[in-house]
Formats: sequence, structure tokens, C-alpha cells
Amino acid sequence: MALDPEFLQYRHRGRGMDHDRYQWSRLHQREKVSWPGGARLALWINVCVQFFPLNQRGAPFAAPSGMTMPYPDLRHFSLRDYGNRVGIFRLLDAFDRYKVKPSFAVNGAMVERTPGLISTLRERGDEIVAHGWHMDCLHHGGLAAGEESDLIGRTLDSLRAATGQAVTGWLSPARNESPITPDLLAEQGVQWFADWVNDDMPYRFHTRAGDLWAMPLSNELEDRFILMQNLHSEESWATQVCDACDFLLKEAATGGGRILALNLHPWLLGQPHRIGRLEQALDYITSRSGVWAAAPGEILAACVNSDRSELSLD
Amino acid sequence: MKADLHLYDYWPYRDRPRIVWPGGARLAFWVAPNIEFYEFDPPANPQRKPWPRPFPDVGGYSIRDYGNRVGHERQMRLLERFGIRGSVSLSAALCQHHPEIIESCMERNWEFFSHGIYNTRYTYGMSEAQEREMILDSMDTIETHTGQRPAGYLAPALSHSERTLDLFAEAGGIYTCDLFHDDQPTPVTVRGGQRFVSIPYSLEMNDTIAYVVNRIEPRRYGQALRDNFDRLYMEGEASGTVMCIPTHNYQVSCPHRLYALEKALDYITGHAQVWVTTGREIAEYFLGHYYDTAVEDIRRKREHADGA
Repeated sequence: MALDPEFLQYRHRGRGMDHDRYQWSRLHQREKVSWPGGARLALWINVCVQFFPLNQRGAPFAAPSGMTMPYPDLRHFSLRDYGNRVGIFRLLDAFDRYKVKPSFAVNGAMVERTPGLISTLRERGDEIVAHGWHMDCLHHGGLAAGEESDLIGRTLDSLRAATGQAVTGWLSPARNESPITPDLLAEQGVQWFADWVNDDMPYRFHTRAGDLWAMPLSNELEDRFILMQNLHSEESWATQVCDACDFLLKEAATGGGRILALNLHPWLLGQPHRIGRLEQALDYITSRSGVWAAAPGEILAACVNSDRSELSLD
Repeated sequence: MKADLHLYDYWPYRDRPRIVWPGGARLAFWVAPNIEFYEFDPPANPQRKPWPRPFPDVGGYSIRDYGNRVGHERQMRLLERFGIRGSVSLSAALCQHHPEIIESCMERNWEFFSHGIYNTRYTYGMSEAQEREMILDSMDTIETHTGQRPAGYLAPALSHSERTLDLFAEAGGIYTCDLFHDDQPTPVTVRGGQRFVSIPYSLEMNDTIAYVVNRIEPRRYGQALRDNFDRLYMEGEASGTVMCIPTHNYQVSCPHRLYALEKALDYITGHAQVWVTTGREIAEYFLGHYYDTAVEDIRRKREHADGA
């Protein structure tokens, strides 16, 4: 018994990463980033506005929080819809009350499904982030390049036309990618994406069509991960968010600007028994001094302007 | 396959010869940061997939890279505050990929032990020659880059063969972190008869088991660390115990989790009779002072049980 000799060969065993997507760099060794007004912590709240189709194909897998029961899985279909009908308005009220400035990562299919909600978002003027076509259109290596490119184009066209915004940010459904998703995004004018969770600050991500910026949007701190996957209490979610806020504020005091990024789902935190915990967390965060609530485009602009957020080692 | 590899004899916790750690300490405390490299697109092992999602598993790969880009430095600063030297469970290839991290550990006089080449290259299915080559490669690489010949082993991704510990002992290692059968060091039987020991490393206190497998809240993890310490510290008065906190900085050093670890380290190191040490130091002290007594006690108790 032995493994194929390939298993003891290490083709990428050398300096830096084992791929050419970005440069190896350590957060604490980079130049410090400054936020406007001397703030220490940028607060980025991203709200996912999603459509989970009833006739889910699940290719190459069912998106987390998708349908799990035999067709027609009306319980999950309608519960996800709840977020766009009811939950999101509780979130909007909370954001306005605490004067925070969220972004909305919207599935392209929502433009036709809920024009009323899209016009509400357009009138608010918050930054719209492209979130793929819908939650059963995952980007993966099994798609033909043309097919994936069309999916991206359709999503961007739909959101750009409906909101009048340039829409330069992207979050893949289920954060899943094909090997060329970043290349296709850059080719269609996307400037930043938030699928990769390997940093607490933006960094340059190489594609065949120039660099994208990878924006940090924590998966470990998002409501879905903590409440649905880990089955922690709502109270614990708020505690974890406040602990992260305290830690990052402290680190920023000597390490330069940091980002507290919260990814939220209205079908989850927008429930009557959960919304209070979001308000509690917002109350805590916005009462700290040195917190700057901003849209991802503004946060990125503050980084790009100095463009010293990454050390080049090669 | 065998029902038992007979790596250690049954040795009841009660009435063992008394261990007293250096300085009269009753608990040896060590922290073992896993400093690992996971490959983006490794060759497939027939028995275990490297990533749950089809290539590219962006989520799985990128959160582990977070440990290298962000997490280790945070933990280094924290451990420094409490006078703790890490005992690094090291993917040897990280010496080549990220020498800056190795330098930061060396500046702090940390220990390095072997954790294979990559955490995406599993032992399953290796021939004896392949596993020996992998182990020696890891030890040579670590020695070349750090000046330390690794004394300890934790198999990559805890993937073992029937002869993993035999091979590591033959390569000159003195301790393993792969066994979870005890709260004190114990002799391990290897085929070459080397003086070889198991040092308690703890799955239960491992942050990845807590956060990824058991999915517990950060503050509950912090409480578990303190409760684990309290009991071992109490029992250590009768005979010295070992507590280890194995960490992964893509988990424990996330901003929402570091507070819990900080509080636990503050609590533990605030006790007088704690020997804050490393895996190698515990192994060497046990081998030098208690190994022979332990072997003799185990033999005597087994004979007594056999005769009864």
C-alpha cells in the first residue's frame, strides 16, 4: 500500500502563496490606514436581499438556508420571503434610529420580484452591492465561462438599471466561486468583492483583467453563521459583536484603522424576537467614540486613496 | 485494522507516583498554537477530501489563511503579555511560504514541533517509506529554518497510520501530542523501545474542536478553559497535572473571540503554582524525573491485576 508519488511532491512549496491571486502580507506589518475624521473603526453593515427559488436545483450544492424539504418546501420559501416583506423594514428603522449607513447586497432577480422594495432602497440611496442572480444560481467550476459571464452581466445590468448606481461591489451567492469568477467580475467593471475571508482589511486581488479589491466581510460574525449554523442565542450574537467592536477599537488605537463588518439577513434578524438584539448591538457600537459608520465604497475609497494598505514583498 | 494499537497500558489515575513540577508547581501549563498551511488545490488523498466544497473552496481556504495574515500576530502579542512561550505545531512548508512568521516565533524563543508538511497532506494510505520520508522532511525543514530539531509530533490534520509514533520515535522524537487518554504524561510503547512519552494536548480545550466541531460561544469556551484549569490545579496538589490550550489563529484570534482567551490566560497565569512551559520542557522533565518510576508502577499494577 502506498499513495501516488504525487502526494509527496510539493509543487508550490516556496515563498508566498500557493497561487497567484494575491501577495502574501501580514496585517500588523502594513502601513496604517487612516479613516476620515480620525475615526478608529469603520462600521460596515451589509444586508442581504435574497431570493431562494422553490424549485431549487442545488447545483453544485444547495445554498445554506435554501430549501431542505421535498418540493414544494413552502415553509422555507415563505420564511425567506418574510425578510423582504417584513423583516427588512425593522432593520431599516433600526439603521435610521442609530444613524448607520448600510449597504444592500441584492440578488439581481429581486428587481423583477419586488420592485417596491428596490424603489425603497433606491430612494434611500444606500450603496447597492451585486449578490448574484439568485440563491440557486451559484458560481462554480461546472459552469461554462460564457454561462457564468452572462449570469454576472445579467445581475449587474438589472441592478444598475433599477438603482441608477454604478454597482461596483459583489458578493457571490453562498460566497461560492468558480476558478475564474474574480476574472469575470473584473471584466464587467466590478471593483471589489467580499467572498474571501482571509483579512480584516481590504487587499488587492489579481485577475486577468486587472486588480479587484477583496473587502473583509466576516463570515464568522454574521447572523446566519452564529444563529443558524452555531445555534447560539440572539443575546450571544450581540455579545460577540460587541466584543469584536471593543477588540478592534483597541487594536486600531495602535495599529491604524480597522473595519467591523456585519453581514445580516432580514429573514433572520428581522424577526420580532431578534430585532431587539440588533438594536442593542447598534446602540453599543454607535455609542463608542471613534466609530465611523460608512458604506463599503467609502471605506474602500479611504484605503485606496492612500493605497498603502499592503506591503509588497516580492 | 486492529482493535487497539497497544500504544499504552491501562494505568488508573488513582494512586500514581507523585509528580511535582519544577519550582514545586502542581500544574504544567502550555499553549500550542497550530501554525499551518492549507493548500488551495492539493492532490486528492483517496481516504479524505481536503475541502468540503468543489474547487475552489474559497471559504475554507481563505479563513485558514486569515490565521497566517492576521491571527498569529494577535496571539503572539497576547501570549507575550502573560509571559507564555508558544509550542508551535508547525506545518513545515510554512517555513518556506511564510518565513516572517517563523522569525516572529524565534524572536520570542518559542518551541517548534512537527505537524507534517501541509495540513492538506494526510497520512492515510502512505507506505512506511512514504510516511518516514514525510516525517524526516518535516523535521529537517524545521531544523534548517529554526535551528531546533523537533522533539514533538502532532500528525498532520491528526491523520495517522498504525506506525506513526514508531516512525517518529525512530526519527529521534521524544513526545507525541496525538493521544488523548490522560491528564498526565505517560510512557508510550513504540516498536523500537525508545523512551517516548505522550504529553497531554487536549482535544476538549482545542479551539477548533470548540468552535468548528462543537460550535460553542466564545465566552463559554473561555469558561471551559477556566473550569478545566481549576480542576486540574486542584488535583495537581496530589500529583502534578498538565493543561494545554491548542489553538488555531483563524479561530481563536478572530476579533469576537480573543477576549475569552485573554480572560482565561489572565486567570490561569494568575495562580502561583503553575509552571508556564512548553511541550518539550514537560517531556524532558518527565523523562528525566518520572518516566522510569511510571514504567515501573504500570508494570507492578498490571502484574498485580493479572495475579488477582
